[in-house]
Amino acid sequence: MKLLKLVPDNTNIGFVRVRHIAFAITAILTLLAVAAVGVRGLNMGVDFVGGLMVEAKFASAPPLDKVRSDIDAMNVGEVSLQQFGDPRTVSIRLPLPESSDDGATDALVRKVQAGVEAKYPGVTFSRYDAVSGKVSGELIRNGILAVLLAVVGIAIFSWFRYEWQFGVSTFVAIMHDVLMTLGFFAITRLEFDLNIVAAVLTIVGYSINDKMVIDDRIRENMRKYRKMDMKALIDLSVNETLPRTVMTSVTVMLALGALLAFGGHVLRGFSAAMMLGIIIGTYSSVYVSSSLLITLGLKPEAASDKKAGGIASKAERMGDGAQP
Amino acid sequence: MLTFPRWKITLILAVLGIGILCAVPSFLPERITSAWPGFAQVRVNLGLDLSGGSHLLLEASTDDVTKARLTNMEDQVRTELRRGDPRIAIGDISRRDGKLSFMVRNPAQVDAAVERIRPLTQGAGMTGQRDFDVSVVDSSTIVLAPTDAGIANSVNSAMEVATEVIRKRIDELGTREPSIVRQGENRIVVQVPGLQDPKQLKDLLGQTAKLEFKLVDFTANPAEVAQGRAPVGSEVLPYPGNPAGVPFIAVKRQVMVSGDELTDATQVYDQQNNLPAVSIRFNAWGGRKFGKVTSENVDRPFAIILDGQVLSAPNINEPILGGTAQISGNFTVESANQLAIALRSGKLPVALKVVEERTVGPQLGADSIRAGIIASVVAAGAVAVFMFLSYGRFGLYANLAVVINILVILGVMGLLNATLTLPGIAGFVLTIGTAVDANVLIYERIREERRRGRGVVQAIEFGYKEASRTIFEANVTHAIAGGIMLALGSGPVKGFAIVLLIGIATSVFTAVTFTRLIVATWLRRARPTELHI
Repeated sequence: MKLLKLVPDNTNIGFVRVRHIAFAITAILTLLAVAAVGVRGLNMGVDFVGGLMVEAKFASAPPLDKVRSDIDAMNVGEVSLQQFGDPRTVSIRLPLPESSDDGATDALVRKVQAGVEAKYPGVTFSRYDAVSGKVSGELIRNGILAVLLAVVGIAIFSWFRYEWQFGVSTFVAIMHDVLMTLGFFAITRLEFDLNIVAAVLTIVGYSINDKMVIDDRIRENMRKYRKMDMKALIDLSVNETLPRTVMTSVTVMLALGALLAFGGHVLRGFSAAMMLGIIIGTYSSVYVSSSLLITLGLKPEAASDKKAGGIASKAERMGDGAQP
Repeated sequence: MLTFPRWKITLILAVLGIGILCAVPSFLPERITSAWPGFAQVRVNLGLDLSGGSHLLLEASTDDVTKARLTNMEDQVRTELRRGDPRIAIGDISRRDGKLSFMVRNPAQVDAAVERIRPLTQGAGMTGQRDFDVSVVDSSTIVLAPTDAGIANSVNSAMEVATEVIRKRIDELGTREPSIVRQGENRIVVQVPGLQDPKQLKDLLGQTAKLEFKLVDFTANPAEVAQGRAPVGSEVLPYPGNPAGVPFIAVKRQVMVSGDELTDATQVYDQQNNLPAVSIRFNAWGGRKFGKVTSENVDRPFAIILDGQVLSAPNINEPILGGTAQISGNFTVESANQLAIALRSGKLPVALKVVEERTVGPQLGADSIRAGIIASVVAAGAVAVFMFLSYGRFGLYANLAVVINILVILGVMGLLNATLTLPGIAGFVLTIGTAVDANVLIYERIREERRRGRGVVQAIEFGYKEASRTIFEANVTHAIAGGIMLALGSGPVKGFAIVLLIGIATSVFTAVTFTRLIVATWLRRARPTELHI
């Protein structure tokens, strides 16, 4: 049997050579993403803006405009509707009632459910979320804090583990991944909720994983070929790890594709965010973070100085320890 | 690197075997495993988004707690100074700005008053701090300011009691496996699987159930009561069902008996009009007190007050000596039953508000589980085929490692009694994708070493050694992200992080150690001269 090879042996693609173009494109896209978030804003779910979300499953795909005007007629505040992939499932979002009384929310849910049911027989209500403004504020703060801490924590790790240039290039690349993902949500108007924060954190984790593999190879080659030109060395390292980069992206995409297609509507936004994030993360590993090392002035001699760093030596000992 | 001593092989297989065994109970129906001994009860719990049910986040207003404490302090001060000996006259009592202040009429008694008040404060915290700071302002005004430690203490104990009360009330509802956990300083998370309509639960938890019996002040001028003014020693309370028309009534401040003196409460039907009512039984002390007050006030009305609202104000036709009483007042069977439950489980020391609520119907939960399983199977299948096509025999080894990995993750989750949520299933699917990354790293490295002309055994040895370092590093960074999600995330993010973290730990073991064992065994048996990888 002939084995499948997505990337031919011994590729020699000049990634570093095109770095200026890549940086320009990356910068423009990132700015566009930031602008999209700034101008269009994110379609925040009730997790982050507070309010009420009732998920309704209609017997047949309903005309959204009519549903909207029907609910508007109930006089329950500004309603926003969104379909969940499947056209029969619609999320109805409403502001929470002004009254601080607990019963008011229940009354509102009942009113909307009864009203919709009267107009569209056969509709079922599968879930509802009610989040007060106070809690949603905390959730959004924790979400932002989590993403920032993850990015900074990982950048610090790679700074200690390697050279500061690796820390900076990783940080820049990861911020790019996060901003691009946010831009994607601003443009598609997919709902941005707690699940998406988990997706963003996973993208951060995956992307860093990817960069670590290349960084590790760059460092290994820096020790092996002390005299080699940095540009050639980075190209060599990226090319050497290219089969792995592509293979892993493909396996993760296969898994996520299954999740997107069969995982049900609740996870659809999550899967879409992840798939996009994998593509962005892989791109930034190959074109952004490694080439950035040259711009940051990484020198081959640097590698030998830091060989006996704390975590580094421990990791090496672990690697050796596996050898009986 | 490629030779394994026998004890090591045994250890690796034993660890994996135990992990897989721990996953078994999660696949069996509960009625089978429930008969098993305790140590075998290692199940993965299903989150509310999969099992269906209600999640409520309740928040207590800390202001209420501090206010109640201040009122309580005021009562104590009044009692101590006015009733104590010698009597110290005070006036201008105020509870503004969260502080209790009052004036001592005779300036010569200020020091004596402070001496008498000090013992009313209590120690708070470890540092010997008191719960109130007592100070004298303008030579005759005494100010009692609650300290932060004192406030924290009282909020904490109020929340502890509230959690217990909530537990009792939910248990009375007879729902299965509710989870009631305190969160932060003033919140409680209530999760009730399988509950479809949380209204009943919320009504029950929304009720403070502070029951009081007070005498009606019949001397009060009805016109003044209507304006909200009451004679000294009395107060005006809302009375929505007042037959007199005005929705207010004046009652004496002093409490005859309170709900604290109850031993039981049940829903009954009023014998006169057959309407739902609640029958309560006092404890010995409460019964005696109730008997005494009713004997002294025959033919006068008393008010039954629930959470600051008068339910009814019946006339005392004869002394009530049996230690039981009946509460009536516009109940339905359901609301009477609810009040009985609330009274039986005691009053909440602080009012709770629902600040977050999530309810998932059982149908959606079941759909999500089915979708999750299909997605996992398709993902595993697609990845397995791809790995086999790419690496042949080695791909099969990686696939075996992935299957074992999934089972071990489930086993570890079972051991930790962790909760599997829908995002957790997404975590599984993602783990399937990333777990093979370790194998991809190793296999690609082996290919590379072969291309550089190393021998079969040496290439494999080198591939595992070099890749292990990279895998370790990559997983540490991945775990940093996972750890942050677990620490800061709430609900779905947490469920996802648990699976991700366990997956990172187990996948290093299955994808590196376990496949190395298999490859080493195959090398020894087949002694291949060429690698097909």
